Amino acid sequence: MLGKTAGGLFWMFRYLERSENIARLVNAGFRIALTRFDAADDEWASVVETTGVKTLYLEQHQQFDAASVIDFLLRDKTNPSSVISVVEAARNNARLVRASLTREVWEATNNCWMTLKSALARPVKERELPEVLDTIRKHSAQVRGALHGTMLRNDIFNFARLGTFLERADSTARILDVKYYVLLPSANYVGSSLDNVQWETILRSVSAMRSYRWLHKGDISPMGIADYLIMDHRMPRSLAFCYAKIQDNLRYLSDDYGFKTPCHDIAESVYARFSGQRIDAVFDIGLHEFIEEFLHDNAALYDQIERDYRFYE
Amino acid sequence: MVEIHLHTYLVYLQYNIQKIDVNSTKPFFDEMFGRDDILRQPYRNYQKWIDDEDIRRLRKKSAEAEAYFRSTGITFNVYGQEEEAERLIPFDVVPRIISGYEWNRLTRGIIQRVKAMNAFLHDIYHRQEILKAGRIPVELIAENEVFVPQMIGVAPPGGVYTHIVGVDIVRTDENQFYVLEDNARTPSGVSYMLENRETMLQMFPELFSTNRVQNVSDYPKSLHRSLSACAPPACNGKPVVAILTPGIHNSAYFEHSFLADQMGAELVEGNDLKLVEGRICMRTTQGFTPIDVLYRRVDDEYLDPLTFNPRSLLGVPGVMDVYRSGGITLANAPGNGISDDKAIYSYMPDIIEFYTGEKAILENVPTWRCSEPEALSYVLDNLPDLVVKEVHGSGGYGMLVGPAASKREIRTFATKLKRKPANYIAQPTLSLSTVPVLTRQGLAPRHVDLRPFVLVSPGKIDIMPGGLTRVALKKDSLVVNSSQGGGTKDTWVLED
Repeated sequence: MLGKTAGGLFWMFRYLERSENIARLVNAGFRIALTRFDAADDEWASVVETTGVKTLYLEQHQQFDAASVIDFLLRDKTNPSSVISVVEAARNNARLVRASLTREVWEATNNCWMTLKSALARPVKERELPEVLDTIRKHSAQVRGALHGTMLRNDIFNFARLGTFLERADSTARILDVKYYVLLPSANYVGSSLDNVQWETILRSVSAMRSYRWLHKGDISPMGIADYLIMDHRMPRSLAFCYAKIQDNLRYLSDDYGFKTPCHDIAESVYARFSGQRIDAVFDIGLHEFIEEFLHDNAALYDQIERDYRFYE
Repeated sequence: MVEIHLHTYLVYLQYNIQKIDVNSTKPFFDEMFGRDDILRQPYRNYQKWIDDEDIRRLRKKSAEAEAYFRSTGITFNVYGQEEEAERLIPFDVVPRIISGYEWNRLTRGIIQRVKAMNAFLHDIYHRQEILKAGRIPVELIAENEVFVPQMIGVAPPGGVYTHIVGVDIVRTDENQFYVLEDNARTPSGVSYMLENRETMLQMFPELFSTNRVQNVSDYPKSLHRSLSACAPPACNGKPVVAILTPGIHNSAYFEHSFLADQMGAELVEGNDLKLVEGRICMRTTQGFTPIDVLYRRVDDEYLDPLTFNPRSLLGVPGVMDVYRSGGITLANAPGNGISDDKAIYSYMPDIIEFYTGEKAILENVPTWRCSEPEALSYVLDNLPDLVVKEVHGSGGYGMLVGPAASKREIRTFATKLKRKPANYIAQPTLSLSTVPVLTRQGLAPRHVDLRPFVLVSPGKIDIMPGGLTRVALKKDSLVVNSSQGGGTKDTWVLED
């Protein structure tokens, strides 16, 4: 496989994952705005921060009001991480690697782009927002469904999955990075209504409100949430889950190609922080420090994969 | 025909009404009804079928086809247009039908022409016998910017220059075909030939059980075989074939990726390739792999910054050196432009005779070379009746269609022509044949041309029984180029 093709597959699925994650964040922010009026603007500010485009946003806007934030995150083409930008980037990558995709995967991606291009052609009205967010999630799910249902399990599949899980791990870690302080075991906040809102938002941002409640019989605690998002192997957006998948896919690649590369070592050392570990260990290091280091290593892993498999030069 | 279904009659009549309308000004040969409104043989079964068809069903099918083309992404990019940069080429659901007998005649003419083109290219880049014999003027080659001196003395693997050729053919009467132009550089459109057929098979399977339509779907396989047969001396084992594309923004990118996919070849860009130990290699996830045959869809000028345009980022530095030393096959060969250039075109009958010893089977359109003073003055006096083309132009840009131009446009064009006469050739406005297309009102006649695709390998010339039919969708228009509002149709060659 061409190095460029590997890179194209990786980024195609990384961008698709990102579009879905942005839709989740906007959905969580929207929910807070509708139910907790006083917390709304702060919440929109942290949504923008989570997507990593706060500086860019502040160059164009003074406040974090719902309309501006939603427009910026969904349809502003000057924002490289807006849904429309990432869906277009995903589709361009799909065109680049089209010969590696099944017809189903290509069509799902192309339809995603065509539908969202028209759904996001004009500013999204408040009453249309739930439907638009739903459309984004559904289309992303359709591509994933086509991938699982129709693609060969070979290196093509592995690079697609690596893109998905590196992005997902990055997204979950960013959510924790922005909100880590509400999860600290500091007595001052325990039980205050502010924290309940924040905890709820965190869970909603990863679409895990229901599953968490179900697993923990409704008992929401900051330590429980941190454990769920970092260590829980059952939770498909947890860091532990993502790294188990990254490990698997890198192993399939080395089995297939018959050689290991330096990125395998990085992935192994990151995975060791989750495998057989307990959340207490994270709090011993410090939640913030742990997340910062994770984000750094996750980025370093990407750089190494890019070099090892010759995405560019 | 005694009994005619009422609805069909309406369709039939509408088709005829419009045809009469057209005929009242210009007489055209119609491929379904001839000149005398008598149903022609190749369309007999189709006519029976359409008798029972509801025009609304056809319209619905037509909309389905468009949706299918969009979701498949069978689009082309229009340069210089920001919005909707990807456009569909309109697809017409009425097939264009050619009999096996007609096709065989065309085939013989095409094979003869393509053989002559290869012989001509070899001669021009080696001994130049045709110039010595005085059959074509020396300055036509020497002063031609598409002549590539770097190809002098180069022997392409297998002696093949024109691996893939598209010959544009028009018809003006029952037995009158003309070659409008040859495309021996990087002819495009074959993906439309294939996708149009797939679409028709999906939409109207019943038509294919009543009409014995020759198959075209083996083209990618034949292309792969044909390219592999031209592997360079450096190849050991099974030839590695790759397609070189300028990238996803190129207007024909869909076709590049489609052919790579169908052939099971890699689709590469210049930045995927590198010179490693005397071979051109592609960068893969497992290292560098040598390429044997590069089907390049990048123009000569951009192919190698070390040999041609030094600012090109689309090509591969050093590829020409590797080519000359037998390390890679380039398809088509660089420098082919000298065989399909519009200035050379008018000499094709002589070229064919010189190399094959036979008269050309397919006729050329009579052509005035504006570089010649008498021709120029004739052309200037008759601009309203002529089609004037730039010698190096393509895609229907920069041409004058006299009968369709305003007086003002003609005046402006005359000034351009006088300034640089050698840059132009002129031809009479041909009465291109018409075929039915589906319009809002029913079937109506529109003008068409035909581009069959030819594959050349050592000792073998393959022609797909079919090709790309381009149709001028605007009533009375004679310009079929997709960049100018033309559409495409499935082209059927029947088994006799």
